[in-house]
Amino acid sequence: MGLTLIEKIWQEHAIINHDDGNSLIYIDRIFLHERTGSIALKNLENANRSVRNPSHVFCTMDHIVDTFPGRGDETLMPNGKEFILATRSSAKKMGINFFDLGDPNQGIVHVVSPEQGIALPGVTLVCPDSHTCTVGGLGALGWGIGSSECEHALSTSTLIIKKPKMMKVIFDGTLPFGVTAKDLILHLIQKFGAAGGTGYAVEFSGPVVENLEIEARLTLCNMAVEFGAWTGIVAPDAKTFEYIAQRPFAPQGLAYNKALAHWENLRSDTDAQFDEILTIDCSTMAPFVTWGTSPQHAIPIDKRIPNPAGETDSSAKQSMQRALQYMDLNPGTKMKDITIDAAFIGSCTNSRLSDLRAASAVLKDRKVASGVKAICVPGSSQVKLEAEQEGLDQIFRAAGFEWRESGCSMCFFAGGESFGEQQRVITTTNRNFENRQGKRTRSHLASPETVAASAVSGKLNDAKSLGIG
Amino acid sequence: MEPFEQHTGIAAPLIQINIDTDAIIPSREIKSVSKKGLEDGLFAEWRYLSLKTRKENPEFILNQEPYRRASLILTGENFGCGSSREHAVWALYQWGIRAIVAPSFGSIFYNNCIQNGMLPVLLKKEKIRELQIFVQLNPAVNQLTVDLKDATIIAGSDIRYSFEIEPSNQENLLQGLDAIGSTLKMMPSIEAFEENDHQTRPWVYFK
Repeated sequence: MGLTLIEKIWQEHAIINHDDGNSLIYIDRIFLHERTGSIALKNLENANRSVRNPSHVFCTMDHIVDTFPGRGDETLMPNGKEFILATRSSAKKMGINFFDLGDPNQGIVHVVSPEQGIALPGVTLVCPDSHTCTVGGLGALGWGIGSSECEHALSTSTLIIKKPKMMKVIFDGTLPFGVTAKDLILHLIQKFGAAGGTGYAVEFSGPVVENLEIEARLTLCNMAVEFGAWTGIVAPDAKTFEYIAQRPFAPQGLAYNKALAHWENLRSDTDAQFDEILTIDCSTMAPFVTWGTSPQHAIPIDKRIPNPAGETDSSAKQSMQRALQYMDLNPGTKMKDITIDAAFIGSCTNSRLSDLRAASAVLKDRKVASGVKAICVPGSSQVKLEAEQEGLDQIFRAAGFEWRESGCSMCFFAGGESFGEQQRVITTTNRNFENRQGKRTRSHLASPETVAASAVSGKLNDAKSLGIG
Repeated sequence: MEPFEQHTGIAAPLIQINIDTDAIIPSREIKSVSKKGLEDGLFAEWRYLSLKTRKENPEFILNQEPYRRASLILTGENFGCGSSREHAVWALYQWGIRAIVAPSFGSIFYNNCIQNGMLPVLLKKEKIRELQIFVQLNPAVNQLTVDLKDATIIAGSDIRYSFEIEPSNQENLLQGLDAIGSTLKMMPSIEAFEENDHQTRPWVYFK
């Protein structure tokens, strides 16, 4: 019987397979950030343990640092400085790779790890952060862990885990113009629920996925966790190998050639067995946007808000009612009639160069609607630099967007900057949970194109309606 | 980590689906680089009418008698989804929760429970409904018992449900094991793996 891609990676990393179904798995790369990495490193120090293989461990500053130009260790978030100083001190003491404020490699962990060639096809990569599954877009096996498991990985280079069930999601057909990876993942979660992938590792496949560029695949895998999945992955192909070549931490020359021969086998066998296979036809898809407080509360932007009365499952109905109340919306309202107070482009989901290009194509020669606060936060210092070299910052600024330093920024509210009470935000981030982006802030998730089109329209809108495409 | 064998206590029904770790412990309630002092921030947005004055919201179940003394939570599908923050488990534990009963859990949250002596009980929605009915008849008296050795949850003399838990997770909780200590004993196997792997995948290693 053949193996799935994930089973192949698993097999290659299994040091010991226990009778109870658990394996001791070798961890190739560990990434940390100042929010949760700080506590893992501190606990390790307190327990008198050390980092076993510091050259395989990376740390960046993204969650707590401000994104204002000229930022330093002081933060708007109360006590933010404590996290920054603790992380810097521990990172230096432990001798790990560290991308501090001001370092050209600084940025959001899941943007930096592919960009720097730290994530590679077939490697295992963990981080105490739920969106670590992002690197599945390169064919890496990445997943989020807690602090305790992180300490385990840091001190032993291993984790003890049970192999998850295998799911294949096939995105079939041809993606209509203006529909993106963000729309694909929101559609999947809407259709099968925020717990639809619970217990599974998901391989995304099919013609639509094969046609996605690497950064779009990263977006797709990023929200596998919002589907409840343990992780998501896309089989690496020629596009992946080209993307990786020449990245600073990726193998070069002979080492690259040897790796390439190995990576070319990283695909599911034709007779591989999956526990579940889901197929989605994408040919008639429209851009998606969320209306509620779970990523499963998503809908094509040209539709009306659904009525909870039509929901048969009582807990789902209750969740819809609560969400409508929180979002201050009514069933039957056209999504495109919803006015917004703010627009946000950023986060580990959608802040890469291709995202900024897509948004700027919409913003060029247009202005953000009056009264709408609009902010763009590039995902890494590198992305920011490249965007500025192309003049994208000028387009964002001319349209009325703020142009920031890289970091997680207002994807979540840590007590510092936020959009404010009851403000309605169209956002390229991944979580529309209650109070996620600020106290009583109402978040609508969408693609960069849709966020840009909404920003200039002053209400939810897609790029197509502006005559783009 | 405290070993977990058996626990009896008041169970609070907080029946909602998709309760995420941002709701369990909002990011802004994680105020220092520490595992401690998190109980005050537990469910902060729901628990307090004002985050500044900490004036309690009387409508939130954990502010009501006898649920203020609850040590179990009955809840809906996908509890603990979202952010990986282990602070969610630490906050629940420090507040006094020892077991959470749900039809499914966020996978990182579930693992974090196992690492911290918190018992995640997987039970079908209909059975949780039965437990809820039992508890609500007389919440202070109708307490629930979870027995990890038998992997059962007991309500009075009539209800006794078994639940699924991986034997290794069960063992770790029962013994309060330090996983790092056990794995460090396997270092010869880890080193042998690396030596071999270095030949197969040299590009993975930086030196």
